[in-house]
Amino acid sequence: MVKKVLLVIPCYNEESALPLLLQELDKLRLPDRYELTALIVNDCSKDRTVDVARKHGVKILDLPNNLGIGGAVQSGFRYAKVNNFDIAIQLDGDGQHPPSQIIKILNGQEQYDADVVIGSRFLDNEGFQSSFMRRMGIKYFYRLNQLLTGNNIYDSTSGFRLLGRRAIAIAAENYPDDYPEPESLVIFSKYGLKIKEVPVVMSHRLGGTSSISSVSSVYYCIKVTISMLFSYIRKT
Amino acid sequence: MERIQVITLILNIIFLFYISKLIIKGRLREEYAIVWWVCTGAMLIFSFWSDGLDVMAKLFGVHLPANLVFTGFIFIILIYLLHLSVVNSKLQKNMTKLTQELALMKEKLERNEDFHDVKK
Repeated sequence: MVKKVLLVIPCYNEESALPLLLQELDKLRLPDRYELTALIVNDCSKDRTVDVARKHGVKILDLPNNLGIGGAVQSGFRYAKVNNFDIAIQLDGDGQHPPSQIIKILNGQEQYDADVVIGSRFLDNEGFQSSFMRRMGIKYFYRLNQLLTGNNIYDSTSGFRLLGRRAIAIAAENYPDDYPEPESLVIFSKYGLKIKEVPVVMSHRLGGTSSISSVSSVYYCIKVTISMLFSYIRKT
Repeated sequence: MERIQVITLILNIIFLFYISKLIIKGRLREEYAIVWWVCTGAMLIFSFWSDGLDVMAKLFGVHLPANLVFTGFIFIILIYLLHLSVVNSKLQKNMTKLTQELALMKEKLERNEDFHDVKK
C-alpha cells in the first residue's frame, strides 16, 4: 500500500535558502511505497519566498497573516488532515534539515510503528551541533519532558519531525502558537501517542535567522516551561 | 456644593456622553461599555454624596478615605486588564484559525483553476 507523505515546509523570509532546498527535494528518491508531496507554508514573508516557490511549481499555503512557526506548521497539518495524508513531515525552510535525512525518519516510523518521530542531532553527535548555551537549554527541556511524560527525547526542540495519522488529527486541532516543539511533545504523550527519536544529521542554516535570538532565549525558556506545565495539567 | 464636586460632575457627564456616542457610532461594543458605565456611576454617586467616602472608609476599616479610592480603582483596573487579556487571547485564537482556513481555501481554489486551465 502506498503511503501519502506530506512534507510541510514552514518558511518566513527564506528566498535565499529555498531554491537550494527545492533542488535537493527534486533529487530526492524515496522507495515506491511512499508518495511524497511538498507543501511550502509561507508565513506572510516580506521577501520573495512565494515567487520562488511558485516558479518552482511546488504546492503553497500562503498565509495572509504572520502566525509564527506554530501556526504555520499547524496549517500544514490541517492540510494533511483535510487531504487525507498518512504521514506529515515537518522540515524547516532554512536548509537546516537536509531532505536526504527524510528516509531515516520514515524508516524510524516503520521500525517502531511510532505516531511521532523526532529527528535528533544528538543521538549520533554528527553534523551541526548548535551552540553551548543552546545545548544547555535543550538538555533542560529533555529533563523537563522526561519528568512530565516519562519519554526520553533528547532533542525535544527539533523541528525535524514526522507525524502519523493520529498525531496529525491532534495537531490540526491543538498545536501551540509559538515555540511549539517541546510543548507539542507533552500534548502528544497525553493523548497516549508513541513518540520515538531517530538520529539525523543537520547542517547550518543556509540563510535567514533563527526564530530564537539570544536576547529572547530566557523568555523562550520561561514561556515554554509554563506552556509545558499547563499542557501537562490540562485535560485532553 | 464644593468646587471639586461640580468639576467631577461635569467631567462625569461629558464622559457619559462620550461613551454613549462611541456605542451609537458602533465603535464600542456594549459589553465593554458596562464597566465604564459602572465606574462613571460610582463617581457620580460620590460627587453628590461627599460624606459617602468617609462612611465607606469606616465600613472597610481604612484610615484615609483616599486610600480606599486608590485601592478600589487599582483593583478594578487590574480585573479589567485581565478581562482584556482574555478577550485578546480569544481574538488571537480566532485570527489564527481564520488565517489557516483562508490559506487552505486559497490553495484549493488555485488547484481548481489549474484543473480548469488544463481542461481548456
